[in-house]
Amino acid sequence: MKEQRKYIPFTKEMKKEYKILVPNMLPRHFKLIIEVLKSYGYDLELLETEGQEIIETGLKYVHNDTCYPAILVIGQFITALKSGKYDPKKTALILFQTGGGCRASNYIFLLRKALERAGYSYVPVISFNLGGLEKHPGFKLTVPILHRIFYAIMYGDMLLTLVNECKPYELNQGQSERLADELTVMLAEKMQSEGISFKKVKENCRILLDEFSKIPLKKTPKVKVGVVGEIYVKYSPLGNNNLEKFLVDEGAEVVVPGLLDFFMYCVVSQISDYKLYGIGRIKYPVMKFVFNFLLKQQKEIIALMRDNSNFTPPTPITHTMELIRGYIGFGTKMGEGWLLPAEMLELNDSGVHNIVCTQPFGCLPNHICGKGMMKPLKDKNPDMNIVAIDYDAGATKVNQENRIKLMLANAREKLDEEQGTAPQKQAPEKIFEKI
Amino acid sequence: MFNSGFNNGSGLSLGIDIGSTTAKVVLRRGDDILLERYERHFSQVREKTAEILQLVKSVAGTAYMDTAISGSAGLGLAEAAGIPFVQEVFATGEVIKSKEPDASCVIELGGEDAKIIFFDGGIDERMNGSCAGGTGAFIDQMATLLNITVDELDRLSMDAGRLYPIASRCGVFAKTDIQPLLNQGARKEDVAASIYQAVVNQTIAGLAQGRKIEGKVLFLGGPLYYCKGLRRRFKETLKLDEENAIFPEYGRFAVAMGASIYAEKENRAYTADDLIARVVKAKNVTSSAGRLEPLFSSDEDYERFRKRHAKAGVPSGDISSYKGGAYLGIDCGSTTTKLVLLSENNDILYSFYASNQGNPVEIVREQLEKIYSLCQNRIKIKGSAVTGYGEELIKHAFSVDYGLVETIAHYTAAKYFQPNVDFILDIGGQDIKCFKIKNGAIDSIMLNEACSSGCGSFLETFAKAMGYQISEFAEKGLHAKAPVNLGSRCTVFMNSSVKQSQKDGATVEDISAGLSISVVKNAIYKVIRASSAEELGENIVVQGGTFYNDAVLRAFEREIGHDVIRPAIAGLMGAYGAALYSKRAAKSSVITAEALKGFTHTAKSAVCNGCTNHCRLTVNMFGDGKRFISGNQCEKGLGQGTREDELPNLYEFKRNYLTGLKSQKGGRGKLGLPLALGMYELLPLWHGIFTSLGFEVVVSPMSTRHTYEKGQFSIPSDTACYPAKIMHGHIAELIGEGVDAIFYPCLTFNMDEKDSDNHYNCPVVAYYSELLKGNVEELKSVKFLYPYLNINSKAQLTKELYGYLSDYYPDIKRQEVKKAVDFGMSQYNAYMSAVQSKGEEALNYARRNGRRIMILAGRPYHIDAEIGHGIDKLANSLGFVVVSEDSIFKLSKPQTVKVLNQWTYHARLYRAAKYASEHNDTQLVQLVSFGCGVDAITTDEVRSILEHSGKYYTQIKIDEITNLGAVKIRLRSLLGALEEGEAGEGTA
Repeated sequence: MKEQRKYIPFTKEMKKEYKILVPNMLPRHFKLIIEVLKSYGYDLELLETEGQEIIETGLKYVHNDTCYPAILVIGQFITALKSGKYDPKKTALILFQTGGGCRASNYIFLLRKALERAGYSYVPVISFNLGGLEKHPGFKLTVPILHRIFYAIMYGDMLLTLVNECKPYELNQGQSERLADELTVMLAEKMQSEGISFKKVKENCRILLDEFSKIPLKKTPKVKVGVVGEIYVKYSPLGNNNLEKFLVDEGAEVVVPGLLDFFMYCVVSQISDYKLYGIGRIKYPVMKFVFNFLLKQQKEIIALMRDNSNFTPPTPITHTMELIRGYIGFGTKMGEGWLLPAEMLELNDSGVHNIVCTQPFGCLPNHICGKGMMKPLKDKNPDMNIVAIDYDAGATKVNQENRIKLMLANAREKLDEEQGTAPQKQAPEKIFEKI
Repeated sequence: MFNSGFNNGSGLSLGIDIGSTTAKVVLRRGDDILLERYERHFSQVREKTAEILQLVKSVAGTAYMDTAISGSAGLGLAEAAGIPFVQEVFATGEVIKSKEPDASCVIELGGEDAKIIFFDGGIDERMNGSCAGGTGAFIDQMATLLNITVDELDRLSMDAGRLYPIASRCGVFAKTDIQPLLNQGARKEDVAASIYQAVVNQTIAGLAQGRKIEGKVLFLGGPLYYCKGLRRRFKETLKLDEENAIFPEYGRFAVAMGASIYAEKENRAYTADDLIARVVKAKNVTSSAGRLEPLFSSDEDYERFRKRHAKAGVPSGDISSYKGGAYLGIDCGSTTTKLVLLSENNDILYSFYASNQGNPVEIVREQLEKIYSLCQNRIKIKGSAVTGYGEELIKHAFSVDYGLVETIAHYTAAKYFQPNVDFILDIGGQDIKCFKIKNGAIDSIMLNEACSSGCGSFLETFAKAMGYQISEFAEKGLHAKAPVNLGSRCTVFMNSSVKQSQKDGATVEDISAGLSISVVKNAIYKVIRASSAEELGENIVVQGGTFYNDAVLRAFEREIGHDVIRPAIAGLMGAYGAALYSKRAAKSSVITAEALKGFTHTAKSAVCNGCTNHCRLTVNMFGDGKRFISGNQCEKGLGQGTREDELPNLYEFKRNYLTGLKSQKGGRGKLGLPLALGMYELLPLWHGIFTSLGFEVVVSPMSTRHTYEKGQFSIPSDTACYPAKIMHGHIAELIGEGVDAIFYPCLTFNMDEKDSDNHYNCPVVAYYSELLKGNVEELKSVKFLYPYLNINSKAQLTKELYGYLSDYYPDIKRQEVKKAVDFGMSQYNAYMSAVQSKGEEALNYARRNGRRIMILAGRPYHIDAEIGHGIDKLANSLGFVVVSEDSIFKLSKPQTVKVLNQWTYHARLYRAAKYASEHNDTQLVQLVSFGCGVDAITTDEVRSILEHSGKYYTQIKIDEITNLGAVKIRLRSLLGALEEGEAGEGTA
């Protein structure tokens, strides 16, 4: 048998004196998750850096054909280590690792290789994963921690929705973002002081809903645009050239499916491994329990939102799964797998027909689950207006924006028709008679 | 301010369309067209727009006009100037909906964009992705390559006799195909038409994405307006008749027209003066993002730099007085031809460097004539050698003594120049080559992949596009204040980066410097893959024509933080090295002055019938009755060398084994297995199972180019790998065979060979069926069977297969399936052990006969004749015994690697590399398909395993490209390096 691959474990001693750097993917969610971990004695910091240097550094230390998120995340880490802001001898890095047939499972190893080349081979890298892929004595994800993280994700998803639904319509510019920042601080404190209690979570969610309901809005008809795709470029402003901001500036309301769906998708993958291949018989009942547990709480939050606010609650994952049946199998579980087209259908089902599907250039699973599903989706749902955008160190904003603008132009025309405000057609036929 | 809400009653509306290369404007009042203009803007977007607006002013005077801007380069301008913008595809849609309500499809080609709009069943608009390069710009680029105007290109194309396959992914790929055609003497007429065909194929494969283009089709945009030959190719390929192929007169102006319609709706009116003021003011909107330090901080800095490099000169002799022997070196490169004549003392008597203008034979003839007239009777040519792309053609044409591979020529020259050289970097017109030297021998060779080959010729094309000579353009870069940061990707991306920077107000100087820096970064990070200067060594020699460009040289020194040596003859090093090499000749056979007078050269095309590949050949005939045939993938067409048949070749063995599987008539009908992706290796398994179940199994034949074309209509993702894309053709072929069912399962997991962390398939191999089902319409006419299966347990496989099949074939019994699975597995195991024992047999043969061994390491599907391009046979013809990774990996232990070792096929690569590193007589060459994301991870690991024990790492990236020129260079370089190394050992 093969020998164990060597890596530097994160030890219990390190826990006491090391700062752990976290890459930026979902700023608000990650801030909350960091608060959870802080309450367990970890010292973490979210990297919110941006700029060309990160990309350049990434390209220097990572094979250039590797996908863009790896280049960005690794670039961001090494730039931070080089910045002088941290003592590299007292710094650890953390990276999420889902495990699976996509090359994303290899980011952590590519990071270690890059660290070696950059002269930081002594910096420990913690794998944040649920499958026990690596052992780090100083970093253990216990059930209570995971439980709290799950609640942090719920808060994060809710804030994401609330900000997205208010921001384009707010009378006082910047109010929703500011409120979200304040509430994040409040939630952070509460997560430190309150025990694990779903009752408290629901109370806190009520506060979020109430506070956001107070924001004065001017509701004008706007194009709604859903954003789906590879998880990093979908969420990270660094990865998608500030897509959300661009869309809002173009006068659209952005709808982004939450992170919880992705976690439930990961659970479903484990279940489907057993169902399809007979793999993981022991894990199966556990996973089924976890799934039902998550689903129950998701449904309660949905009810809470529906009964106490005018905001759009998420769709239960079971309904999303129902929608995708017949398009793609639940066995498609690499990358975002079946969830990607399922989210597109879910958006369409809830009235968001315009969709930006984001992916890193050359993303392998997205050949199948993103671009490969567009035709069947559109065949059965002719209203869907989807544009696929590739993100890459070499792709330019101009190209990306031009394509998004085409999608938006079609969306606006539709919106005008629906609103009945379409300007009277000026019989342009006549102009051509003399050409 | 715009005049919102009301028009002044002039009724004028103005549409401005600023594309990537041209600006178009339409001014109309109702149905009267008052002004139309179509002009190239040479990237001077604002200036040209202001200029055209002056024209508008001369017509409209001070009247208010509803105005809107459109086009890819118009976006930034519209924003900066506060004028309404309409997306160009949307604008086109507007025009067509009213003008041609019965159109079912519009194809519009612009400078760099290609668009399709489908009208049937809901409007569906598509633009090319960021990878699929330009179209108009592509045609321009190709015309430049042929050294003719676009008009001439068009005229030539009308007289074409045949079409060559040219890769249509992007300009760089196409160039790699075209250059060898030219160098081998293909007719320009045929090449021109083939270029158009590549555009057509690109449009279909890249944009239609599964939708058939049929019904009434409108063709719009500049290129389709001007290029009659392109129209013809579209019509023929799409099988459209006169009635359904419409090329409207307003084709060039459709977008501008659409913008003017949009302008009326938006109702924002401006006077011409106001517009001009806005456009001029917009010029000042610059962004500080993405700029770099200037190349030189001061004039003195530049002066020091210049002086330092002036030292690297070469002595020259006087050809008009020299007496004695001389040696001729010719470097027939991809875009330029170089000649050097050396004296006995290695002084340069004569040198020549110029573009080969698509006809290298004629250039060399002229030069030889000149040299002979200068030599008179005083100088006698005692040796001659030729290197470069055109090596074989020139060698045959002029009876040159030696042909040598470029890398060896360059090393010979650099070594002469700097005996302690550690590292050589050569950036030519089309290639980047670099090699590390260790202990006086070439230690490792890196060549650019087809995708990053936009080197010197890219700079040149860009200079021309902006209206400059290359020398002038380079000069400008030296004085740039703030070079643009253009990234380090392929040239197509750079094109759009340049567009973006122009939008941001970058000057020509900044762009020139930025491009030079990009070329350098490309070389360092993509080809050399170095992260620090120390990796390159102490004594670095840079050469190749591109390094004549001081901006490139400076950028390189800056990027690696180290001074380098650039010989004054940087561009002639190949020829210089060839001349030095030829000194080993005692007497030269090169064409004499008399024979040269009667020299003639004609070329015609033919098809080789030596094997099923049916290579397209170019037959060159020379005045003395000699012939030279090129274009074939092996040596058969030349009527020579059957040696390859004698050497063991595992690729050939596997092909024969798989295509030899016998089928029999069965009661359950015809079941098709597409021989693509994961089906290669698992064919014996599935073939066995379904034969046992009573199906007549039909396997699609090995791919050809034609297979790909058959399926290209339904490919949804143009950046997927070629092995995936070709799957669509296999499905089409099976359906053509009249099968009742097609089987290609979804396999998350591949066979577990118990030597890695996991045993996944890559996402594309695993789930391609899901994509096929959604995108290949024809599959609806058959039973498409694509169950999710676990092939690692017979019991599980039986259970799953039975459950799935019984829905389609209710009479199937569980017991039958169990028996079939047993049989299939035995067939699979028999195949795998046959491959392994054949592998060992081949190794033994090689060792008995003192042959070199090459592990051609790829994936099972690389044995396909089309995907692998016959590289295995090429390796045979160079004297290697060829084994595959799957035939020998078991001979070495499972490997611990630095990455997650989680794919079955890839785990074999690591073990095969280990085997090569343990055996002196064994080399490993890794085959990598373009777009294979997984190989971004494996290549570095395989390389490190090999280099760790001092072995060469050779990687060959393959795509649709059909020319083997670049591959040959790699393999011959490897061979050359091995021979040098052995010679070194012998004398040590």
